[in-house]
Amino acid sequence: MCLVYIYRQIDMDHLTDKEYQRYARHFNLPDFGIEAQRKLKTSKVLVVGAGGLGSPVILYLAAAGIGTIGIIDPDVVSLSNLQRQVLYRDEDIDQKKVTLAANQIRSINPHIKVNTYDTHLNNNNALDIINEYDIVADGTDNFPTRYLVNDACVISGKMNVYASIYQFEGQVSVFNYQNDDGTRGPHYRDIYPDPPAPGLVPDCATGGVLGVLAGIVGTQQALEVIKLASGIGEPLAGRLLLYDALTSETRIIKLQIKSHTEVSELVNYRDFCGVVPDTIENNSQDMKEITVQELKQWKDEGKDFQLIDVREQHEYDFANLGGELIPLGDIMARSEEVSTEKEVVLMCRSGQRSGAALSALQQQGDYNLFNLKGGYLAWAAEIDTSLPRY
Amino acid sequence: MRVGLGRPIFGQYIRLFMKVKILAFGIAKDIVGGKAGAMEFSENATITQVKEALTEKYPDFDKLAKFSIAVNESYQEDTYVIKEGDELVIIPPVSGG
Repeated sequence: MCLVYIYRQIDMDHLTDKEYQRYARHFNLPDFGIEAQRKLKTSKVLVVGAGGLGSPVILYLAAAGIGTIGIIDPDVVSLSNLQRQVLYRDEDIDQKKVTLAANQIRSINPHIKVNTYDTHLNNNNALDIINEYDIVADGTDNFPTRYLVNDACVISGKMNVYASIYQFEGQVSVFNYQNDDGTRGPHYRDIYPDPPAPGLVPDCATGGVLGVLAGIVGTQQALEVIKLASGIGEPLAGRLLLYDALTSETRIIKLQIKSHTEVSELVNYRDFCGVVPDTIENNSQDMKEITVQELKQWKDEGKDFQLIDVREQHEYDFANLGGELIPLGDIMARSEEVSTEKEVVLMCRSGQRSGAALSALQQQGDYNLFNLKGGYLAWAAEIDTSLPRY
Repeated sequence: MRVGLGRPIFGQYIRLFMKVKILAFGIAKDIVGGKAGAMEFSENATITQVKEALTEKYPDFDKLAKFSIAVNESYQEDTYVIKEGDELVIIPPVSGG
């Protein structure tokens, strides 16, 4: 029995001849060698979000030989992703990211196992999925999921390699690191106990992001995962790396050594962050939706309603449906322009920002608001296919 | 900008005020209108007073909830007393990925 058990243990991290050749440049590294490579092979890493950061993370983890890579993302590829999401190609538009990413890395490295989750990480699945892995790499694009990933990692006792980007700047850190004395290093809530007010911090769709920044910060994130998995070097635990692409300056801010914030259960992250994060889950009874077909009908009938486009000026200039432009960031300051008499349809690119605008306005006053389901993209796909997509 | 009580001595603020460097990241850069700047505080000012002064001058800081400030590249508690020449870094959260 015992021999069988040992044999299996050896077999699990056994490297084949092909793998020896593949990872040959790792073996001569000081303090790396075959042992570290075997550790990579037995490591299981979950990458949350296969976008700008996820692309380099997934590619480099696969190339480095992380044995099991999980990829979770509910989205399909859109043209505006390709400026930074280097996992995908022009011909991949409208296809599922997790499937494409998995195929891509299986062709790069056939020795690894890839698990895909074509869904949002949410309160129902987070703990179960994260429990399957040793390390989590958080490359999501919204605050509710950032807090969810963090809390689920703290509750499950998993290390969370965090990175995020904004315009020309990036942040990287290793959260919930297991210290030698068994205590845990600081996590997201130790730095950011409360989320910013909804709409204050723009996402990449609104504020923009330099494509190559995602590559630089994402590879830093991949590096931290590889350091944790192989046991080499000093991980960014208790330290926050700040990168400014415009000056090429990197700063490292020291955090506390131990966490000060307890997390015992998952909460409602949408309420916690005060936002409506995605249209798919916007089935709440207090948000009325209108389909693009219904909007077309209203227009054709000559119905008297107000159409408000909450996208940015440059998006509006690129293509619009003839609505009034009030960017999301200005909507509360210009709320007197929103009709309280007529039915009001709010629209953006996908329905996400208009959903946020709707929630904010609804709390403010008595409006008859409808969110355009699927936004401009749905209109361009189903009503007027001559319109450009972005 | 000067914060706190100060008394001019021979027409100048001597020793009563100290100057610190302010470095802003993320949305804080937009709120203060630039990456780097300087502020003056009375001696023995704490991080709490720095945050109050920033919020008074730029009300949008209120929306950041509890924003953290690092002094000379280390996060500090609100009771930390700043010194002349310190570099204060404001690092708001960013969510992009």
